Formats: sequence, C-alpha cells, structure tokens
Amino acid sequence: MSRSQNYFFSSVGKKQIMSLTGLGLVGFTASHLLGNLLILVGADAFNKYAHTLTSNPLIYVAEAILLAMFLTHLFLAIFLKIQNKMARPTNYFVKVKTGRGETFASATMPYTGIILLIFIILHLINFKYGTYYPTTLEGEEIRNLYQTVIEYFSNPWYVVWYVFAMVSLGIHTSHGFHSAFQSLGFNHDKYTPHIKLAACAYGVIVTLGFSVLAIYSYFQN
Amino acid sequence: MSKTIKVKLKIWRQKNRSESGHFEDYQLDTVSTDMSFLEMLDTLNEKLVIDNKEPVAFDHDCREGICGMCSLMINGQAHGPEKETTTCQLHMRSFKDGDTIIIEPWRSKAFPVVKDLMTDRSAFDRVIEAGGYISVNTGNAQDANTLPISKENADLAMDAATCIGCGACVASCPNASAMLFTAAKVSQLSLLPQGQVEADERAQNMVAAMDSEGFGNCSNHAECEASCPKGINLSHIARMNRDFLSSKIRK
Ligand code: FES
Repeated sequence: MSRSQNYFFSSVGKKQIMSLTGLGLVGFTASHLLGNLLILVGADAFNKYAHTLTSNPLIYVAEAILLAMFLTHLFLAIFLKIQNKMARPTNYFVKVKTGRGETFASATMPYTGIILLIFIILHLINFKYGTYYPTTLEGEEIRNLYQTVIEYFSNPWYVVWYVFAMVSLGIHTSHGFHSAFQSLGFNHDKYTPHIKLAACAYGVIVTLGFSVLAIYSYFQN
Repeated sequence: MSKTIKVKLKIWRQKNRSESGHFEDYQLDTVSTDMSFLEMLDTLNEKLVIDNKEPVAFDHDCREGICGMCSLMINGQAHGPEKETTTCQLHMRSFKDGDTIIIEPWRSKAFPVVKDLMTDRSAFDRVIEAGGYISVNTGNAQDANTLPISKENADLAMDAATCIGCGACVASCPNASAMLFTAAKVSQLSLLPQGQVEADERAQNMVAAMDSEGFGNCSNHAECEASCPKGINLSHIARMNRDFLSSKIRK
C-alpha cells in the first residue's frame, strides 16, 4: 500500500522548502552586507558598486529569484503557523518550558519574521525606490545612492529602528540557519555543534555589520 | 525515610469527548513521598469513590515505565518535572509540602480527550500501520551472523526502539508535532538491513499518515527531545527528513 503525497504539501517537504529558501536569503544577506561595507570606503566606491550591480541585466533574474524565495518563505511560514495553531485547538492552562529545548530565538521566529517583513518593505521604499540623486563618476551619470543612505540615517530614530530590525534579523537567522540543516536531514554529532555556533556567529555578524553601517552613516551628517 | 506531604490538586475534568471540560480542586493531606504519582491519584480516587463521586480517569498500565500508557501534563510539563521519567515512575518526593499540582491531559487535535485525563492516542497506531513494520516470510530464524550490522547502528536502532509511544513529544511540542515519534519508528527500522528494503515507502507512508492525523509541523525547538521519557533525540528526526527527501527524489 502506498500513499501518494505531494512533496510540497507534506510536513517534511514544506519545512525543507522553508530551509532552502531561508538559506538562500541568508546567503543574500551576507553578500548584501559585504557590498554595503563599501560605504565605509567612500561614496565613489559604494556608488560604483551599486551602479555596476543594477546596470547588469542579470540583476532582473537575480531579483526575480530573490523575490520568489522571499514570497515562498513568507507564505509557507504563514501556512505552517496556521496549521500548527490548528494542531492544538485547546491551549494548556500552564505550560512550562523545560529549558532544554525551545530558545528565545526559536520561540520568536514568527515575531522576528513579521518585523523583518515590515523592515524589508520600508527598506525597498526608502532605498531602492528612494530619492534619486544624480552624480557623475568617470564621466558617466549614475545614481548617488550614497547620499540617499546618508540622508536617511540623519534621523536618529531611523537608526534606532534600523538597529532594532537588524537585531531581529540576527535572532531570526541564528535559529533559522542551523534549523535549516536539521530540516534538510543534516544532523551529525561531529558537525552539528559547529553549525549551531556558526549560526550564532552569523547572527551576531549581520546584526553588528549592518548596525555599524547605520551608525557610521548617522555620523557622516 | 518516608514522610508525608500535603498537596493541592487542580485536575482537568471532562465528561466525554464532546463536552468541554473544566478544572476541579482537590486536597490530599497525607501523601507519602514514596508514592508514585499514579499511586497518589489512586489515593484520590479511593477517596472520591468513598464520597460517592466520580473518580478521575487517567491512562496507565505497566507502571514501570515501559508501556507508554501513562501521560499527564503535570505543572505544565509532560510527565512532570523529572528528566527522562514517565509519570508512573515519577515519585511524590519530587514535590514539596503544600505544593499545588496542576494536572492536564495531553492537548493536541490528533489526541482528543476521551474522559478527564485520558486521551485517544490511536493516531499513533495508524502512523505505525502505515509503515512501522518489515515484510518478511516467517519460518526458521536464520543464523544471526548472516546479516552483519555495525555495533553503532545496532545501538542507534535500539535507542530509537526505546520509544514507548506515550505522546509526550506531541504534548510538549509548541506545534503539537509528532515528528519525534514518527522519526523514532522510522529510524529503528531503517538503520537495520532488514528495514532497508522498504525504507523509501516507509518514510513516505509514515509521514503521509502522520500529516493526515492533523499533527503540527516541526520547528526544531527540541522541546520533544527535552520531554521524552526515553531520551530520544533530534538526530532521528534529521534521519527521517533525509530518508524522506531522498525517497522523494527517487520516486
Ligand atoms: S504506565 Fe506504562 S509507562 Fe507509565
């Protein structure tokens, strides 16, 4: 007897898609941070980088893939959350955590996720579709994204919000990163502790990296 | 040295599947600390019977931690506060004089409450039916040395096989997921050569059966591992995840 179940509708399959899209977004975030670090080098370096990136026609393919990963991750998260809520219609009167399982990061995944969703929408509005300042570099007129960034962070409240969102990102990825390996079936006595450590390190690095850029930009005003 | 303690009990009472339940308070004044948790409940029931009241229904059988019948969410923890201990093996010395103990049934859509603290865990049986077996022709037992099995795999399979199917994993999981149970059952067979033959179908069929029972999805919180009275760990879930993935790639 065989039950045919579509991979994409199975509990394990859904978690594995969550993992793959999540890891994709983790990779994107890392490359985004590396590129943005050019802000520390200076306006020209950063603008040139942004221009090279956006003037390459392949950027549309990359953006489409990124958007697809993001939307899949988002809708699966909502779907899984609803299913999980339905799996326990009556809540416990008291529920004590053992302290050996759930962590702050794992318990707050939906909340940090919502913060990131709001953040990403605002982030695109503010930067990608933000004010266009022209500048000339090597005789060519290109966008002065550097100025958009510096202007945005002149408001200290935006810096605070940005750092808060980046802390959420760090927390979200510190669980998601190693959890993805588990969902994909990679759990090994020898490697899993290192993966968990790497996940925490990744969370700390992206939080600090992006936050430093925001604070640095504030002081450029 | 045995001593006695006083405990206040707050117990979930529910007439049947359809009626909604409520908590009722009870008081026991002379509970020996040598009693097991279930003996304490027996004492309460004796008292209730004498008072012509309906005793509290709860699941139990072997009372020695091997059958998986006992359950109970005790003060918010599956099988109570001790690590790797079933409710029947939990003793009243784990509680202090004057403690209030809140007792609830497992709560999950797939485990409906039958009465009071008893739940219907037949969803687990249906998951097993879907693939928790190996198909062999019976006959004389073959020579043990014809099938070499590494000590490591034999031990891992044995670890998985210690699952008693109590459902504490589902009860303690924030998502009411049955991944640890299903994974233990998949692992105990797929780690051995006899189980390898049907490994693909098993992973797929048991996951499909688990999903159709209405359990939640795993978020890798590891509350199940922490609450499992047999100490079954998440590596079994990862094994099932990769068995499932590779079987889906093959067919
Ligand atoms: S009654 Fe058998 S395991 Fe507790």
